[in-house]
Amino acid sequence: MKIGTQQRRQERIDRGIKVRTDGLYALMSWRELAYLIAPRLLLIGGLLLLPLVVPGMYWLRVISIVCIYALLALSFDFLAHYVGLVSLGGAFFVGVGGYLTALLNTGMGISPLVAIPVAAIFGGVICTILLLPCLPLRGVYFAIVTLMYPLFLARVIEALNILGGTDGIMGIDGVPYVWLEQYGIIAMLLLILFGLRRLVNTDLGLVMRAVKDNDQAVRASGMNITHYKALAVFIASSVGCLAGACLVHTYMWAGISTFALDFSVLPIAATVIGGGGTLVGPVLGCLILVPISELLRDFGTLRIVFYSLILLGFIVFRSDGLMIYGQRKYHQFERWTDI
Amino acid sequence: MEILIYGTINSVALALYALGFALVYGICRLPNFAHGALYVLSGFIAWTMINTFGSNLLVAVVATLLVTGIIGAVIYRLFLIRVRGMEISEIIASYAIALAILEGLRWGGFKGMTYTLPVFIEGSVTIGGISVDYQRILVVVVGAALVAFLWLFTHYTRVGLALRGMAQDERAALMLGIDSDMMAVVAMGMGSMLAAFAAILLLPLGNIVVESGYNVLILAIAVCIVGGIGSWMGAVLAAFLIGFAQILTVVYLGSHYQMMVALLAIILTLILKPSGLFGQQKELEERV
Amino acid sequence: MTDTPLLQVTNVTKTFGGIIALNNVSFDVNKGEILGIIGPNGSGKTTVVNCITGFVKVSSGRVLFRGETITGKPPHKIADMGVLRTFQIMRPYFSLPAYKNLVIPLCSPRARRTGGWRGGGKLGDRNTVSIDILEEIGFERDSYVPYKTTNTLPTGYLKRLELARCLALKPELIICDEVFSGLSMSEIASMVPLIERLQMDGITLIMIEHRLRELFQVANRVMVLNFGEKLVEGSAREVMADERVREAYFGSEVVEEVMKHA
Repeated sequence: MKIGTQQRRQERIDRGIKVRTDGLYALMSWRELAYLIAPRLLLIGGLLLLPLVVPGMYWLRVISIVCIYALLALSFDFLAHYVGLVSLGGAFFVGVGGYLTALLNTGMGISPLVAIPVAAIFGGVICTILLLPCLPLRGVYFAIVTLMYPLFLARVIEALNILGGTDGIMGIDGVPYVWLEQYGIIAMLLLILFGLRRLVNTDLGLVMRAVKDNDQAVRASGMNITHYKALAVFIASSVGCLAGACLVHTYMWAGISTFALDFSVLPIAATVIGGGGTLVGPVLGCLILVPISELLRDFGTLRIVFYSLILLGFIVFRSDGLMIYGQRKYHQFERWTDI
Repeated sequence: MEILIYGTINSVALALYALGFALVYGICRLPNFAHGALYVLSGFIAWTMINTFGSNLLVAVVATLLVTGIIGAVIYRLFLIRVRGMEISEIIASYAIALAILEGLRWGGFKGMTYTLPVFIEGSVTIGGISVDYQRILVVVVGAALVAFLWLFTHYTRVGLALRGMAQDERAALMLGIDSDMMAVVAMGMGSMLAAFAAILLLPLGNIVVESGYNVLILAIAVCIVGGIGSWMGAVLAAFLIGFAQILTVVYLGSHYQMMVALLAIILTLILKPSGLFGQQKELEERV
Repeated sequence: MTDTPLLQVTNVTKTFGGIIALNNVSFDVNKGEILGIIGPNGSGKTTVVNCITGFVKVSSGRVLFRGETITGKPPHKIADMGVLRTFQIMRPYFSLPAYKNLVIPLCSPRARRTGGWRGGGKLGDRNTVSIDILEEIGFERDSYVPYKTTNTLPTGYLKRLELARCLALKPELIICDEVFSGLSMSEIASMVPLIERLQMDGITLIMIEHRLRELFQVANRVMVLNFGEKLVEGSAREVMADERVREAYFGSEVVEEVMKHA
């Protein structure tokens, strides 16, 4: 407010075109259609074109990593903002998915193209079963348990010297064709992104959101909330395990570092920066954070300092994130009015 | 005998780790994930005081306590107070702070070499055929004294009573004229000081390494969760439970398993009895 | 009407730590009637609701629904049997429009089994069904009200929404926790016929109330709780004539004072 005594205030008003495109009328004109489709097209087209414009193999690899982190961030965002379960254990999903696909591939010689989806589904089942007893826990406690799981599993592998111990499992096949790997993971990301967006608006998704808002009322309506939470955890952990499986096949190595905190923290940071609860936001956040993190690789652990400071800044001062800000600018205009 | 002595020492060490965390959680409802980072940071401050500025040990200790306390309070006042009450944001924000401090130290502070703090008293004594150095005995004595001091502080001083009032019912405390934001800052400062205290006592027993920041955090959480949030006695008992369990696993299974005990304790407690072993009537709050 | 009452509460006791919230409370509810439960603040009214619907575990005693024990069952199982409750503090899903709030209970197994409020046949589009229910409960269909987000609705509508949430499951017994409190006179006036219509539709109701006048209009029987114990049970007239009830409500000194002047 520029004037000391508050004589003006800022108003936010929906743009006319936003109101016109609310209902079925959007189909009436190209302009309105374009208004609706443009952001989605920008994202899809951008992601698909990205591998063609970047210089060199190294950055192609970075794009794959972006997609993997984006999958993790999606799973975090879905669980935290649509079901109300804050899982700090992205690394748990990555590790389970990664080790599963590594075992399938090296142990049974299954092609990565089959091993990855199988690892995603079975990884989801395993994670869900392990997390099942924790589902009645509230906020902080669920977060702490999920944070502890990956650390615990890493120590188990280290101590028992199973699954390759500290050396990890080596000799994992990469995905046969480079372009298949590149576009396969981008396609999966887009599929899951739009799939989740669709899901949260179905009746099932409504129930999940209701569990987050007011679990007592859901119980009073005769629904078993643990059942819905378990379903949501299965979906999210499958997505996480998928990310882990892809990661392992990209690096052709699975080790304890798949349980590292990086996989828990960066997706959360991306979600906070991109805007939680939008599902697109986390993808956007990863598109920004991961390349920056790669550029800073030379500085060693300084990059972790860097992105944790960004995370801190966003969560404390700008907790709605970039995506919500962008949506507001796109759909609404602001003006000053006299009071 | 060996188990008894080292178990006791380990337990007191765990209790020292956990005191600050328990205080901050009990009063501000902030699961302070930066606790371990503050612990390592204070070790680094003490080391700098002694080795770079060449101050004597006592000055270094006092300065470290004060500086860490102030850092904690400032962190709370600047950042965490803005996300107060939003549990998830608190966790993420304090975790981000922890990462920034620890990885910052790893980048700029500790590289390659080993860093140690001097012990207060040299030498050792033999108890029942086991030689125990004085520093470890000091840890036990001071740890016990600190618990007693905190108990007296929270039961008999004005600030202490205000803090307890806030821990029980913040709104009621507000109505009685207790500035809850100020008290939270004070509590965070005290919690950080306790972390520094633990660091000064315990770090001379080994090297200062960045990783210990994460371990201290896990151990502190384990003690608090097993003991039951908001219960002093529970925390102390849990420290002994986990402390002895750790020593026993080290003796019979190997040192690989030491951290697993704490992790397993957290997971099992939260699954089986989320209110902790000694927490009372918290069950309804924490379970759905 | 069968011989066994629809709901039997026998010797229910509930303690929180050292505090006795309910002490050996027993009562029956017959099919089709409206039972009112009144009592001063802190007399354990809401605890009764919580005990019946399984939201808190009873310390001792049994609750039978249609002759079947329901104590110890989780809340969603009890709701699934047709024992529904409203909450005193309404917390709808604030970010959703009113009719979407009803889609959620319509997803429940019981609603799917009973085929929505219209009954019989396959459940149609849940949005349509929920707007039907809302109309029944007093949301004007053609106005904007059912489509408004819940946090913009006034209390009267929220109370109705709570009732609608129960109706979505085709309840046999609704336990209303203070549906009249916080409403204006005109809102209450429009609520009373709604309750009467529910009774005519064959739904049994337990109503926990502070508004005695409106409660006595609709209730067939009234039970009075005080300090967790059942004082009296009977028709409205009998209950109000009882000296102990007056004492509980007005305090013994006042009663003595009144007696002196009488």
